[in-house]
Amino acid sequence: MNAIEAEMEPAVEVRGLKKSYGTFQALKDVSFTVHKGEVYGLIGPNGAGKTTTLRVLATLLRISAGSVQIFGLDADKKPEEVRKVISYLPEEAGAYKNLTGRQYLEFIARFFTHGDAEHAMVARGLEIVALEDRMDDKVETYSKGMMRRLLVGRALMTGPRLAILDELTSGLDVINAQQIRRIVKTEAKAGTTFLVSSHNMLEVELLCDRLSLIHDGVIVETGTPAELKEKHHANNIEEVFMAVAA
Amino acid sequence: MTALTNIIRKELRELLTPSTVVPIIAMALLFGGLGSMMGNVAVQIQAKPTVGIVAMDTGILANVSLGVVDETATVAYNGTSVDAALQAVEGKSGIAVLYIPANFTASILGDHRGSLEIYWIMRGAGLLDSISSGTVDALLARIGQEISAYLIGTGVNLSPETVLSPITPINTTSYRGMVMEGVSPAILGTVLSNQSLIVPLIIMMIVIMAGSLVISSMGMEKENKTLETLLTLPVRRSSIVAGKLIASAIVGLLMASIYMIGFGYYMGGLSGSAPINLAAYGLVITPLDYVLLGISVFAALFAALALCMVLGTFAKNYKAAQTLTMPITLLAMVPMFMTMFWDYNTLPPLGQAIVFAIPFSHPMMAMRSLMFKDYLFVLAGIGYSLAFAVIMILVAVWIFRTDRLLTGRLTKGGTGEKRRKGLFPLVNLLRR
Repeated sequence: MNAIEAEMEPAVEVRGLKKSYGTFQALKDVSFTVHKGEVYGLIGPNGAGKTTTLRVLATLLRISAGSVQIFGLDADKKPEEVRKVISYLPEEAGAYKNLTGRQYLEFIARFFTHGDAEHAMVARGLEIVALEDRMDDKVETYSKGMMRRLLVGRALMTGPRLAILDELTSGLDVINAQQIRRIVKTEAKAGTTFLVSSHNMLEVELLCDRLSLIHDGVIVETGTPAELKEKHHANNIEEVFMAVAA
Repeated sequence: MTALTNIIRKELRELLTPSTVVPIIAMALLFGGLGSMMGNVAVQIQAKPTVGIVAMDTGILANVSLGVVDETATVAYNGTSVDAALQAVEGKSGIAVLYIPANFTASILGDHRGSLEIYWIMRGAGLLDSISSGTVDALLARIGQEISAYLIGTGVNLSPETVLSPITPINTTSYRGMVMEGVSPAILGTVLSNQSLIVPLIIMMIVIMAGSLVISSMGMEKENKTLETLLTLPVRRSSIVAGKLIASAIVGLLMASIYMIGFGYYMGGLSGSAPINLAAYGLVITPLDYVLLGISVFAALFAALALCMVLGTFAKNYKAAQTLTMPITLLAMVPMFMTMFWDYNTLPPLGQAIVFAIPFSHPMMAMRSLMFKDYLFVLAGIGYSLAFAVIMILVAVWIFRTDRLLTGRLTKGGTGEKRRKGLFPLVNLLRR
């Protein structure tokens, strides 16, 4: 693969992805492509298959059928290689309660690098979290908003090529949600590819370059927010979704 | 339905889960099994002991003694050769050979206590193994009483000491191929039990403490929602498993050491000087034996933690993790009590199979085996424990590489396309 081909290669390529739990099919047919440097949204109602899709991409779940390529790496065959280039933030994530915020970032950084590079990574995490006066307090004393900021900092400080963020601002107030969206936009400009999921369709419209609507384990529509609104004569993505789901 | 019954139904549904019910059933089965084995002990106490008689004396007091033996014991041999008597008694799972020397009657009537030599065949050194020798001890006491009664009845002029205590037993015990003069099974059993009591207690404590740490660690990862993040970091699944095992082993050993220092002082305060010196009979623990004991403890701990890691994958949260420590506690208690009450050799075949299958049993039994230089049994135990540990670690790593940790079920390969790709799914998963 030459430099031009490598540049053209998509960040994520999902083809015919299926995932079953026994007889229950959580994902029936999921295909989409995420380009490098894009903020890509996966939206749908609860139980549509968003989290399952993200967990498969994060190498947490095994594939029943289909394929998932992340920067040319097969997620099912080379999960350990994939884990080196991704960062995953689950919807309901936590941190080790006996550690301080700083110690938690240091713990994570040591999986990726050592020495000066480790210090630089932690410093970057502290900058993203922006809770200077609380970083030496134990995580168990953090509010929900502070915890989410810490986890976003953890997810982005490692400089992942692909950040997979599930329900990015779940449970946060407007101020915290906006701050975190701003962090994502800044990092995207710096070159990180984002795959975010949300059932908050207005948030996705604000944040994403392109998005896919997922419903009952199937991708039902894909495009830019503007394209989708125009196609379905809708004022916002929520109306697009209602039109498509109907 | 009233609000009260509604709440009761909800509480029962939450409390009566397989993880709470199964350990209780296991406990009931354990006590049932122990009860049936205790029942056998009661039968043993009531049964007549099988003994051999070598009577070199034909005097009246020898005849009194033989009368008591005929009445209260089953005689497997009655002749003049101690060796033949031992062989016959051994063949009939008997307990002892009584040797009445030629001067027995003359000695007592001469106002000296008569020596009665007892050649014991000891099969086990557990607390309940001494029951069988206890029945012969009772027989000897009865012989003494009958002789006293005869002496009082005939009015012979002897000192009260001789009349009230006319016989002196001279014990010789054979156990695990060793012949020890001047030692009765009761004393030997007590000394050996004291010597090997501390190791089973240490093992049980380490297993329970370190095991519950591993299981709780998995439960906490799930409860605190840190597991998903951990599993997406660039670290091998085997490293996660190994890290948790090693950390728990260190903390478990530390905690057990602190407990055992205190317990050591407690035991030291209770036990006085031993009635016999085992070293005089060659029963010593050499430095090499201690190394083997250490390896045996390490292998058992390794096996326990690996088993706990597998159990830990079933823990949905900290509360569930606490419940899951119950099977480990039971597994640690079974060999401790069984090896305390019985010698491995005196257990029925099913009991032997159970004790051998539980890897924590081996260091509990190693001390006694090493004392009697039964290296094959110790090495077999170490080998088994290590093999058990390796298999459990492979299972734990395999579970870590499936969806089970997050979804609570194993991936079955779904739509078949992936399922057909590998004939050996476990091998494929371990390669991930």
